[in-house]
Amino acid sequence: MTSPITSAETGHDHDHDHDHSHQKLPPDPALRVKSLESLLVEKGLIDAAALDAVVEAYEHRIGPRNGARVIAKAWVDPAYRKRLLTDATAAIAELGFSGSQGEHMVAVENTAQVHNLVVCTLCSFYPLPVLGLPPVWYKSPAYRARAVIDPRGVLRELGLEVPEEVEIRVWDSTAEIRYLVVPERPAGTEHLGEEELAARVTRDAMIGVARVA
Amino acid sequence: MNGIHDLGGMQDMGPIPYEKTEPVFHRPWEGRIFAMNRATGAWRKWSLDASRFQRELIRPAEYLRMSYYERWVEGVVELLVKTGLVTQEEIASGKPALGTSKLTPPLTPDKVGPLLAHGAPANRDVPSEPHFRAGQPVRARNIHPEGHTRLPRYARGKAGVIVRDHGVFVYPDTNALFQGEQPRRLYSVRFSAQDLWGLQARAQDSVYLDMWESYLEAA
Repeated sequence: MTSPITSAETGHDHDHDHDHSHQKLPPDPALRVKSLESLLVEKGLIDAAALDAVVEAYEHRIGPRNGARVIAKAWVDPAYRKRLLTDATAAIAELGFSGSQGEHMVAVENTAQVHNLVVCTLCSFYPLPVLGLPPVWYKSPAYRARAVIDPRGVLRELGLEVPEEVEIRVWDSTAEIRYLVVPERPAGTEHLGEEELAARVTRDAMIGVARVA
Repeated sequence: MNGIHDLGGMQDMGPIPYEKTEPVFHRPWEGRIFAMNRATGAWRKWSLDASRFQRELIRPAEYLRMSYYERWVEGVVELLVKTGLVTQEEIASGKPALGTSKLTPPLTPDKVGPLLAHGAPANRDVPSEPHFRAGQPVRARNIHPEGHTRLPRYARGKAGVIVRDHGVFVYPDTNALFQGEQPRRLYSVRFSAQDLWGLQARAQDSVYLDMWESYLEAA
């Protein structure tokens, strides 16, 4: 599949920080996408303002702070925790988070005995309403390939040592079910309120590649 | 299809490209193509499954060369042409063909909020007697369809245990090929890491996959 916009290759600035190295010079995707957008707008197939709204939503509204609120509530409210582990979609919707790529949620809880890790080996399925768009590493061939065969090595590489005796459960998101890891609440946080706790919960902890400090 | 997208279990793919602080989009065009995928999808000419399959059709060497959102560019362009919303000539020239009348986009700014908040549930309320129950041993079928499937190679032929019945869901294998939703039951299945990878894996570790009934047989 070659791009029709080959003439656009000149002037290609190359300060990429992508997950690949170029073997040959591809057409500049920025120019290609710009040309595609203007064609689709001219044909009346898309509304550019709607694109702005989608980008704005994921840049500013739909991100891991949503998931962090869910986790913090589960830590302080045992009844909510139970609802989250029983019917995550409904429990998450209680806090106002729902929708695209989070229609069918399952929450899996880390304990002293069990560590959960989420991956999508086939593509990049990720619970958007609670975590926003996935980071590059989550979508990378390296992570997708290794998370299932060498989860302990992957976690070590990302800075998390899981004790030998702990059971690791890897969740490969092969269908429309999206997984949210409920990390362990750190010791010594009994005095913290929900908001302070939420501030500590990271995206990586909710994927299962980090602990909450 | 035994394609390059089916990465689970491959080795030597290099270090994980972790970035400490990462923007939502690294370049503005990434956000534009991401949003364009939603906006063109609103014409309902193709399903999510079809758009995923389209990206899987990118040849292995290209697939690995491209960044994530470059694959999305390929996927959207191919689907637009395949479904007749645009022509190859229009893509090449960047201009609508002479004499085409301007259409009205289905996704307007006011519809974006509701679209994202409601999503598109993939479960279907159709009667279907479950063939398997939680706790039942099963085996993933050893199948190699040339079309779309969500049964990864690394699990095929392997023994697992049903953990949970998710209910009835749209079947991507047919839906991606424009052959209808053909909903069927979906289960969470636990595979012991040693059954998948041998003794190099730890005995207590496991991998859970969501699998449609037709991916499974009784063991």
